[in-house]
Amino acid sequence: MSDLTALTLTQLRKELAEGRATCAAAVDACLDRIAATEPRLSALLAVPADEARAQAAARDAAGPDPAKPLWGVPLAIKDVICTKGLRTTCGSRILENFTPPYDAFVIRRLREAGAIILAKANMDEFAMGSSTENSAFGPTRNPRDLERVPGGSSGGSAAAVTARQAFGALGTDTGGSIRQPASFCGCVGLKPTYGRVSRFGCVAYGSSLDQIGPLTRTVGDCAALLQVIAGHDPADSTSADRPVPDYQAAIQARGDLQGLRIGLPAEYWGQGLDPEVEAACRGAIAAAEGLGAVAVPVALPHTKFAVATYYIVAMAEASSNLARFDGVRYGFRDTEAQELIEMYVKSRSQGFGEEVQRRIMLGTYVLSAGYYDAYYRKAAQVRRLIRQDFLQAFATCDVIAGPASPVPAWKLGALTADPLQMYLMDIFTISLNLAGLPGLCLPAGPGQDTGLPIGLQLFGPAFAEDLLLSVGAQLETALPRLGEPKGLA
Amino acid sequence: MQFTPEDVAGIAKLARLSLAEDKLAAFAGQFNDILGYMEELGQADTAGVEPLYGPVEQAPALREDVARKDYDRADILANAPRTDGTFFIVPKIV
Repeated sequence: MSDLTALTLTQLRKELAEGRATCAAAVDACLDRIAATEPRLSALLAVPADEARAQAAARDAAGPDPAKPLWGVPLAIKDVICTKGLRTTCGSRILENFTPPYDAFVIRRLREAGAIILAKANMDEFAMGSSTENSAFGPTRNPRDLERVPGGSSGGSAAAVTARQAFGALGTDTGGSIRQPASFCGCVGLKPTYGRVSRFGCVAYGSSLDQIGPLTRTVGDCAALLQVIAGHDPADSTSADRPVPDYQAAIQARGDLQGLRIGLPAEYWGQGLDPEVEAACRGAIAAAEGLGAVAVPVALPHTKFAVATYYIVAMAEASSNLARFDGVRYGFRDTEAQELIEMYVKSRSQGFGEEVQRRIMLGTYVLSAGYYDAYYRKAAQVRRLIRQDFLQAFATCDVIAGPASPVPAWKLGALTADPLQMYLMDIFTISLNLAGLPGLCLPAGPGQDTGLPIGLQLFGPAFAEDLLLSVGAQLETALPRLGEPKGLA
Repeated sequence: MQFTPEDVAGIAKLARLSLAEDKLAAFAGQFNDILGYMEELGQADTAGVEPLYGPVEQAPALREDVARKDYDRADILANAPRTDGTFFIVPKIV
C-alpha cells in the first residue's frame, strides 16, 4: 500500500481487520499527511502523536478484534468534545489549559470500538461562527482553496477529513456547523436527529439545538461512525431511548431511488441563490431522478423567519450556558482582580473572543425583563411553526433536498466585519436544528465557475438517518467527483 | 429601540463583561442591525401558538436522585486556577 490515507474509512477498517495493514502504519500515514499539510491548513489544535502511536502498537500486538468496528482507525475530534487527559479548548482562550477529567459519551463509544483519537480539530470559539475564523488559535483554511474559509463551526474537522489527515471526524451542529463546512470543503457531514447521539461531555452552546455527528469522505464512512456513536445515554436526559438501526444494512438494502419522493421547498431554490450553487444542486436532483426519484414541490413558508428565530434561541441559550465560565472551577482567571465580581468580569472579558461576547450579550438582552416575551417567547412560538412546516412537508415527500449554503466558500475576512451578513448565510441549515430533525450534506459536485465544492442537503423525518444514508449512498455514486483538494496540490 | 454605547455597557454589566469604549460603539451599531432584523418576527402570526422550547416532545426522562462518586476530588481540582488542595479559592466576596 503506497499511501494508506488514500483509503476510505470503510476500506481501511477492512485492511486492518484482515491483517493487510497495521494500526501503526495507519497512524503513521496520517501523521505524515498532517506534517505535509498542516502548516498550510491549521485544521488541528492538538495531535497527541506519541499516545496515538502507543495505542496503535498495543492494538497491533493484540491483533484484530472483529467485535470492534473501528479497530485501529485514526480519527479527529472537534475540540468542543471532552477527551480525558487531552486538552479541550473549544477554540477559546478561556479554556486554553482545560484538560477534561472524563471522556464524552461519544469518545467512550469510539474508544470501545477500537478507534484511535489522533487529533483535536479547530473550530469557531464555542462553536459560534460559520467560517472557523473565530478560533482564538487562528483560522483554518479550506483545503480546496487556501484563500477561502472551510466553513464553520466544525471547519477543522471538515478540512482534516478532506485533506486526508484523518479517516473521519466528529463535529457538532447547532445551526449547520457540520453540514455547511462539509459543503464548503467537499466532504460528507451528518447532523443526527436531536436525541440520537448523547451530548454528555460536549461543551454546551445551544442546548436545545446542539447535536454531535460525523464528517467523512463517503456516505458509507458516515454510516460507520454514526453506528458507533448513536444510542441512549442516561447521562443526557434528552438522549432518545430507542433502538439504533443497522445503517450499513439500510445502505445495502437500497438498489436505486425508485419511487422516492424528494421534496424541493420553493424557499430554498429561489432568490438569493448563487447561480453555480443552484446549477450544481439542480444537477444532483436530476441525478436522483435518473435513479428513479420523483421531485415534488413542497413549502416551508416560515423559512423567512428562521434566521431571526434561530439567533434569538441560540444566543439566549448561549448566554445561560456560558455563565459557567467564571474563572473559579476551570479556565482562565484574571489574577489582578481584588474581589469576586471583578474577577468574574475581568476573566470573562479577557477569556472570551468578540463573537462569543456579542452572542452572550444579545442573549442576555433577549432574556431580560421586559424583552423576554417580544423576543424569546415569540421565537419559541415561531419555532413551533417552523417545525410544523417540516411535518406537513413530510406528509407529501420522503426526503427534502436543498443547497446547504446560498454561496460556495468565501474568502477569509470577507464577512468578519459584518456579523449580521454572516448570520444570514446560515439560512438553509438552521431550520433543521430548530425542528430537531436529521440532515445529511454530500458533495453535489464542483461549481461550474469556481470549481469550489457545492453541498446538497437531504432532510428526513425524526430518526430517519437510515433513510438519509441509504439515499445519500445511492446518490453519491451518480454525482460528479471532486477529486483531490487542489489547495494542497 | 436604538442602542447607545451606554445601553451596551448596561447589557455587558448584566452578562459580567466589560468592554473597551471603541467596542461599545461598534457593538451598539451591530446590535441595532441584528435586533432590527429580529424584529421581522413581529410579522409572524403566532396567535394561540404554544411556544416550543426544545424539539423533544415526550416527557423528560427522570431517575432516582442517588448520589454517586464518579470523579476524584484531585482530578476535578486539577483544572481550577486556584485551590488549597481541598476547595476552590476565590478572591474576597464582601
